[in-house]
Amino acid sequence: MARKLMKGCEAIAEAAVRAGCRFFAGYPITPQNEIPEYFARRLPEVGGVFVQGESEVASVNMVYGAAAAGTRSMTSSSSPGIALKSEGISYCAAARIPIVYANISRGGPGVGAIQPAQQDYFQATKASGNGGFEMLVLAPSTVQEAVDLTYAAFDYADRDRNPVLILADGVIGTMMEPVELPPMKTDEEVAAIKASKAAWACTGHKLDYANRAWIQPGQWNTAIMQQENEKAAALYASWEKDIQVEEYQVEDAEVVIAAYGVCARIGKSVVDICRAQGKKVGLIRPITVHPFPYKSFDHINYDVCKGVLDVEMSIPAQLVQDVDLGVKGRCPIETCLCSGGNIMSREAVLEAVDAILAK
Amino acid sequence: METNLCVAGFGGQGVMSLGKFLASATCDATDKNVTFFPSYGAEQRGGTANCFVVISDGYIGAPLGDVMDDLIVMNGPSLTKFLPTLKQGGTLFINSSIVDETKVDRDDVKLVKAPVTELALEMGNAKVLNVIMLGVYVGYTEVIDPAIVWSTIEHKLASKPKLLPLNKQAFEKGLELGRAQR
Repeated sequence: MARKLMKGCEAIAEAAVRAGCRFFAGYPITPQNEIPEYFARRLPEVGGVFVQGESEVASVNMVYGAAAAGTRSMTSSSSPGIALKSEGISYCAAARIPIVYANISRGGPGVGAIQPAQQDYFQATKASGNGGFEMLVLAPSTVQEAVDLTYAAFDYADRDRNPVLILADGVIGTMMEPVELPPMKTDEEVAAIKASKAAWACTGHKLDYANRAWIQPGQWNTAIMQQENEKAAALYASWEKDIQVEEYQVEDAEVVIAAYGVCARIGKSVVDICRAQGKKVGLIRPITVHPFPYKSFDHINYDVCKGVLDVEMSIPAQLVQDVDLGVKGRCPIETCLCSGGNIMSREAVLEAVDAILAK
Repeated sequence: METNLCVAGFGGQGVMSLGKFLASATCDATDKNVTFFPSYGAEQRGGTANCFVVISDGYIGAPLGDVMDDLIVMNGPSLTKFLPTLKQGGTLFINSSIVDETKVDRDDVKLVKAPVTELALEMGNAKVLNVIMLGVYVGYTEVIDPAIVWSTIEHKLASKPKLLPLNKQAFEKGLELGRAQR
């Protein structure tokens, strides 16, 4: 298939449309405005609906409603906007409604900076809202991967009846790169996906309380509430099989870089530069940041590894806490960090690698 | 082989389009990897604008490099800001209509000059200065076949066919200027 130069945000939106997404509601915020802009133009062409809501809260709740009616639905925002959507996301998780949403993250905390950052890691992976629910969180490091993961996200969401988060930093969202797009689902396929949800979706059928989507905001019977949470916990535990990770030249590495998103691609090029100089450097790149590929850190040869280098655009570091759980004290962990909208420097990563090698 | 290019100027000088034309042409007609990264911030609206294009035979890690192989500056402030990022032996392309050549305080880089603001005005449309500069860059570096770049511009302007002759003239003029300084 011919490749096409696309901006990350636009590629995410096109991948969603091709996956059968027919409803999008959002509210503007940099650096993700190209996602709603693209949907606004594209969805009417395929019989879908785009709404610019009056706020983030309104938008996420529109998506909640559309997805509860069985339509593949999506929203997106950037860090402070995602925080505003957290209530609706938690409600979707409680009601077991399959939605896909993207966080094209920027500097923080607060309104932060409009430039790229990776400061929403804990929010994305640990607590995207109240109540301790979990989601598959997918973190692309190229525009192609953003396309592939978005396309797959809708299948995961429907399979699990659960929200799925695309966690992309502002670099991946705003940069352009050649992509090959996945096939466009036909109108028949899109209709079949919707029909497959008839058992639970709110599509106007006769009352069937046992199977209907539970879209009430609370459950006052504590025994039932606990049962629902136990079912959810069993679902989350089943995600071990969905873990995606790239392990690059790890086996003999004296330094292993741990990074996701844009920092991971920068890290990968650092591995190549170092290997060309005879330095034994590797990379572990979580693609699913939740669930996290802790076991990949068992593949490091701790007899030769002098240290793991956590590279992320967040100060203080966040990813490092999951890296620590993977390394389990078997070697030192160092960090290479920037924050507040500054983009990771390859030179800085190279220097940090050299500093560990010199030990 | 990886080439890191930074294009910088005022908002409105078409620096983003220049970078995108180059990235699109590379995507459409070669099997090389390419990235385009625009840099923008609230303070840059109406101020300076810049973008980064990386073209490589291999994997592209950093879409925004620390050290540039080539630098195109369209205005004075961009020279001050980005000249320190140009590598030793790198090539600096300046819009000599408004960038003061005497402010180039490095003798370890190659200098390519093109008075693109004046040339564009002579052609009757100030907006084509970026296409002239794109021609200069492609003519000088031969980073990609000029015919491919032109067909990309043609494609992008398909909805505005009236602009094609002027852009063709601008691109050819740039190529000529770039080749002459090789």
